[in-house]
Amino acid sequence: MELRVRALESVLVEKGYVDPKALDILIETYEHKVGPRNGARVVAKAWSDPAYRQSLLDDATAAIASLGYTGRQGEHMIALENTPAVHNMVVCTLCSCYPWPVLGLPPVWYKSAPYRSRAVIDPRGVLREFGFELPAETEFRVWDSTAEVRYLVLPMRPPGTDGLSEEDLAELVTRDSMIGTGLPKTPEPKRELT
Amino acid sequence: MNGAQDLGGMQAFGPIHPEDDVSLFHADWERRVLAMTLAMGATGKWNIDTSRAARESLPPAQYLSSSYYEIWFEGLKRLLLNTGLATAEEIEAGELKRAASSVPRVLMADQVPAALLRGGPADRPATAAARFEVGDSVQTRQMHPSTHTRLPRYCRGKRGRIIATHGTHVFPDTNAIGLGEQPQWLYTVRFDAFELWGADTTAASVCVDCWEPYLDYPNAGPD
Repeated sequence: MELRVRALESVLVEKGYVDPKALDILIETYEHKVGPRNGARVVAKAWSDPAYRQSLLDDATAAIASLGYTGRQGEHMIALENTPAVHNMVVCTLCSCYPWPVLGLPPVWYKSAPYRSRAVIDPRGVLREFGFELPAETEFRVWDSTAEVRYLVLPMRPPGTDGLSEEDLAELVTRDSMIGTGLPKTPEPKRELT
Repeated sequence: MNGAQDLGGMQAFGPIHPEDDVSLFHADWERRVLAMTLAMGATGKWNIDTSRAARESLPPAQYLSSSYYEIWFEGLKRLLLNTGLATAEEIEAGELKRAASSVPRVLMADQVPAALLRGGPADRPATAAARFEVGDSVQTRQMHPSTHTRLPRYCRGKRGRIIATHGTHVFPDTNAIGLGEQPQWLYTVRFDAFELWGADTTAASVCVDCWEPYLDYPNAGPD
């Protein structure tokens, strides 16, 4: 593939359709600048600030933009709040739709057949495969991103996090917890000095 | 199109392979394919629906045995051939055999950050009143177009309820095949998982974004 892709790129560059430096910047942006740390800041703020949480649920596009995260594949955002009664999971069965400004590019498994085929029929089994189990009474609600609306799961704030700063809370927010295939980390228990 | 992209509810693909959030690419060529796809999309020679349609028109056996960026590579080649921007011989050889065609725009390096932050919103001004409102019971149409659609097979001909309205959005079914954006009202429809899968599911419900032409009132007769 390496050679075939290089051949294609040289054709596009020689024909003047693409600027090779633009390609480098696109890669740099999505490999190093835009990623799930953005979403983690959104979630941590929603956990810390009830007014922000409400604005996120009312108009996620605006609430997320207020932190500076906008643009491609995040033009129309919806936040889905997990509760003890409802667990949300997001998939794109038809391709790989994913909220780039808050989560970056999707991981390989999100775009692959095992996840895309099963999330809509067996979300509990999928979550178990990621190592998490929820109570039998928790309802699984799956969101198939078929349009240009993009979904961000707002996971439940883990217990034992009272008094943590937004920055510390953001450290607990995993990418998978914002897709619904995981749960946030719980804080490390404080070590008693002996 | 009833192609291999429409994976919802299929079985026997084996386990999911979770990965950390560091390893997005597994070879350098994947980076280049991503970037070329985005940059060529910015030329304005095609739209996001055309490019999804190109990827899903791969023969199912090829689609299912390709990695995601291999699918993108094949999709990009098809788009270049379909629009006459390059020939198969050129792509194979990596050498120009013909002069370049003109493209409406070329995304230059200094324009990339602003272009990404701007994105490409899909909502358009409404030109007609919405047919449905939140709370309405609806039934998805039984349809099997051989061209691009975003109504997955598993939720065709099924009953659900409108839980959100998103305004009018570009309609992929026409936009993908050169018939224009023809914006349509977009709704989120919640289906009881039992309606979709019977008892063979661990979901309680599945929510799907559906454009108005995908929907009818339940038991609606022929138009």
